[in-house]
Amino acid sequence: MIDNRPSRRIIAHTVLLIGVFIIAFPIYYTFVASTHSLQTILRPPLPLIPGGHFLENYTTALFGGIGRIGGVGVDRLLWNSTIVAVLIAVGKIFISILSAYAVVFFRFPLRMTFFWLIFITLMLPVEVRILPTYKVMVDFGLIDTYAGLTLPLMASATATLLFRQFFMTIPGELVEAARVDGAGPWRFFKDILLPLSKTNIAALFVIQFIYGWTQYLWPLLVTNRNDMGTIVIALRKMISFADADTEWHLVMVTCILAILPPILVVVLMQRWFVRGLVETEK
Amino acid sequence: MTKVGGQKDHPVPRAIFPNKVLPYLLLAPQLAITAIFFYWPASQALYQSMLREDPFGLSTQFVGLANFRHVLADPNYLHSFQVTIIFAVATAVFAMVPALYLAVMADKVVRGRGIYRTLLIWPYAVAPAIAGMLWLFLFNPSIGTIAVMLRSLGISWDPLLNGPQAMILVVAAAAWKQISYNFLFFVAGLQAIPKSLVEAASIDGAGETKRFWTIIFPLLAPTSFFLLVINTVYAFFDTFGIIHAVTGGGPGKATETLVYKVYNDGFVNLILGESAAQSVILMVIVIALTAVQFRYVERRVHYG
Amino acid sequence: MKSRGISTGLAAAVTLLMSSTSSFAVTEISWWHAMTGANNEVVETLSKEFNESQSDYKVVPVFKGTYPETLNAGIAAFRAKQAPDIIQVFDVGTGVMMAAEGAVKPVAEVLSEGGATFDKSQYLPGIVAYYSKPDGTMLSFPYNSSSPILYYNKDIFQKAGLDVDNPPKTWPEVWEAAKKIKTSGAAPCGYTSTWLTWIHLENFAAWNNLPYGTNENGLAGLDVNLEINAPLYVKHFQEIADLAKEGVFRYGGRTSEAKQIFLAGECGILTESSGGLGDIVKSGMNYGIGQLPYEPEAEGAPQNTIPGGASLWVFGGKSDEKYKGIAAFFNFLSSPEIQARLHQVSGYLPVTLKAYEETKASGFYEKNPGRETPITQMMGKAPTENSRGVRLVNLPQVRDIENEEFEKMLAGQQTAQQALDSAVSRGNAAIKQAIGQ
Repeated sequence: MIDNRPSRRIIAHTVLLIGVFIIAFPIYYTFVASTHSLQTILRPPLPLIPGGHFLENYTTALFGGIGRIGGVGVDRLLWNSTIVAVLIAVGKIFISILSAYAVVFFRFPLRMTFFWLIFITLMLPVEVRILPTYKVMVDFGLIDTYAGLTLPLMASATATLLFRQFFMTIPGELVEAARVDGAGPWRFFKDILLPLSKTNIAALFVIQFIYGWTQYLWPLLVTNRNDMGTIVIALRKMISFADADTEWHLVMVTCILAILPPILVVVLMQRWFVRGLVETEK
Repeated sequence: MTKVGGQKDHPVPRAIFPNKVLPYLLLAPQLAITAIFFYWPASQALYQSMLREDPFGLSTQFVGLANFRHVLADPNYLHSFQVTIIFAVATAVFAMVPALYLAVMADKVVRGRGIYRTLLIWPYAVAPAIAGMLWLFLFNPSIGTIAVMLRSLGISWDPLLNGPQAMILVVAAAAWKQISYNFLFFVAGLQAIPKSLVEAASIDGAGETKRFWTIIFPLLAPTSFFLLVINTVYAFFDTFGIIHAVTGGGPGKATETLVYKVYNDGFVNLILGESAAQSVILMVIVIALTAVQFRYVERRVHYG
Repeated sequence: MKSRGISTGLAAAVTLLMSSTSSFAVTEISWWHAMTGANNEVVETLSKEFNESQSDYKVVPVFKGTYPETLNAGIAAFRAKQAPDIIQVFDVGTGVMMAAEGAVKPVAEVLSEGGATFDKSQYLPGIVAYYSKPDGTMLSFPYNSSSPILYYNKDIFQKAGLDVDNPPKTWPEVWEAAKKIKTSGAAPCGYTSTWLTWIHLENFAAWNNLPYGTNENGLAGLDVNLEINAPLYVKHFQEIADLAKEGVFRYGGRTSEAKQIFLAGECGILTESSGGLGDIVKSGMNYGIGQLPYEPEAEGAPQNTIPGGASLWVFGGKSDEKYKGIAAFFNFLSSPEIQARLHQVSGYLPVTLKAYEETKASGFYEKNPGRETPITQMMGKAPTENSRGVRLVNLPQVRDIENEEFEKMLAGQQTAQQALDSAVSRGNAAIKQAIGQ
């Protein structure tokens, strides 16, 4: 380690704790709300410390309380959400690592044109192109399918740009050396590029998984069957902002439960965040 | 870094695979999806920007550039330009700087590193609907927990009627949502920096701050550039949900950004032609902005 | 184009799949709705009960998000020629739907074609008028309707020395009571209100029998000039602005946020939709209900309030079989038992007079004082041309403009006269543009 001085470490921990406090506060507050009675939540200000209804709220929500979701089991909704999130994350990483590879390591006519064609897709959110995109979905018969839920959301340039940025930091000598060793494009990709990219892949997977997991408007549009819904749609179904009463305590519980799978992904992906490159492991 | 000036075009690794067909095959999947789900609908939106029609498309009239003329002649539209610039710059800065700082700190500690990472990333997973509710509970001037604290500190807090305060609130909300994202990629970027380099500098007697600016920051530049582009685009395009939930563009028009106007006019008020025209204008602006970033900012980025 | 071939192939495959799942000669009727929370359960239960009550039709309810999201989904689907059979559209979307002649089929027609007779006199006049053409043809089926009422915190009234059993009836009385709450220290603020546009403009107009705009507020024609800068509106809003300056009135936001301020005990009086009752009951507060205050200087006030909420629209171009099913479903929904239950359980206003009378006879209102208020408000008098409702093609946009001007006024940047003048001129320009002039 570079810095073993305890003062440095203490500063780092302090900064991190403050950061965590500010950034994770909403999660904490959601949790706090999920441990209070409906009466307390309805009569703000909401206390800053957890209340005494933890067991009661969580059992109600888990065993019967989420009956508001409309005839479909929570397991089915979680399953749909997982499929959608994984497909989007994997699909995005797959198509964009290939295209970034092409743009950085090959020279061919219209290379930059293609890059920009892909890149511009960053800039038109679903809400703005709802009517035409929906029509495409209908024409392809993709309503109420997993393909319909995921394919349009893979058309984004974020990941391509990230991989391009990363690939460009890879020293030219490395490619040269590989070629001298007789490695073709495929070997180079598999044996050198992929292992080097694992931190970025992990980061992207986490981000895209969460992106897919929290999607709301798109799944809402392309599904007309309750059993194709996702957990976030179900969550929204439980929340009423104006006309009727909302069981906020159960909503908060469901929200906490819906955060668990993304947490699991973050924790599992931690393993990939180990230093690689020039340095030897550890 | 000294090498930077020497590179002319985009700095790319010099060794390249000679292959005529493969690159097109590699690009094919992404191009196919992009063409079907982006370019086709986008071309429809472009066409729509030259129409005047009712929401159901029952009566359609081609009006040429009338929608553009009308939008650009509207003083409110020009006002929201100004709002957007303030909002976008502030959001990008407040989303990136703290994220970088936290990532550097998280790279320093050994114990608890995973826990910090987890805690800093998963707020990103809070459903936006819940986030909107929490903002009300935290910042509503009458009942918000934090608003009450501010008031007891003697700060008069009323984002519902005070424009600048409303702006602070939406910037905070938008930046907060993006910090986790930036943090994660900065962490990934830091992971890719060879420890040996940093150690070498350390042996040379470079202090911590100096090490950061001379070694770590330049090596992070590709990541930072990626995030700069992403955050700019985010601030311009992806923030209407937050503005909708937190201020609804108010008070008055104090937080009405260009994209919020696109969203509100098109999605809520169903003025399709004009909303499409606005989104075309917005796209042109951001493409220009990004081109400038690639042309000028990326020159300063050092790639290996 | 190659994709055309693929898409037709796919479409054929999908059609095959679909027909194989629904080949039991049951006609499916899709119902897109925006009902959340407890109301979502009601939608599910109603559909289930209807499906079990007969074997020819099956209503399939699908949640499509918030009201604007549901409407957008419906429009997108209509344009892709995949429109649902029934769609729930919020009150302010009524103008858009009415302008879409050819896209929708009037409910009165659906009912009569389906063999059920549509008798206007069976329905609650205030509600049906809002969802009808000027000639009385009912266009959409009122599903969930509410109307604005006054809520007050009895504990705060007690502390302020106000009459706990007699809530203020006119706006001047409200201002008096609100000031007293503030000065006596019973609560930090006297009065707050949700939905300023709906309650203080659209309902203020109807309740006080004032025109909101020309052309019978838009019911008689699309071209409307707003008239909300008439003296009584200016007086009303100047009073609100003055109270805001003293902190007697507190602004909560453009929609229903102010309810939370009332629930927190910050303000003693609230005007809000009757649909907000559920939260107030569950919070355990000691509350009371009064009718919406009126302006005593207005001639003929109080007239009648106008509903908010949403109604069910039927898309055109469907098979006769479907329309029969929809007619059967609407008949089922308007049966007195269902209506009475909906009204009593969910707090919606009943759509038919019979349901109202049955509820009354059952003694429900004696046990639940205040629950009758929103109905009597709406039924008291036959609607005039000022009080049938407000119908603008772009009502949501006009509301945005009004809210922006109110916020500038409440921040002390302009007077009520300036705010309303500006709302009128900007609103008129927006209306002209929306109708293509």
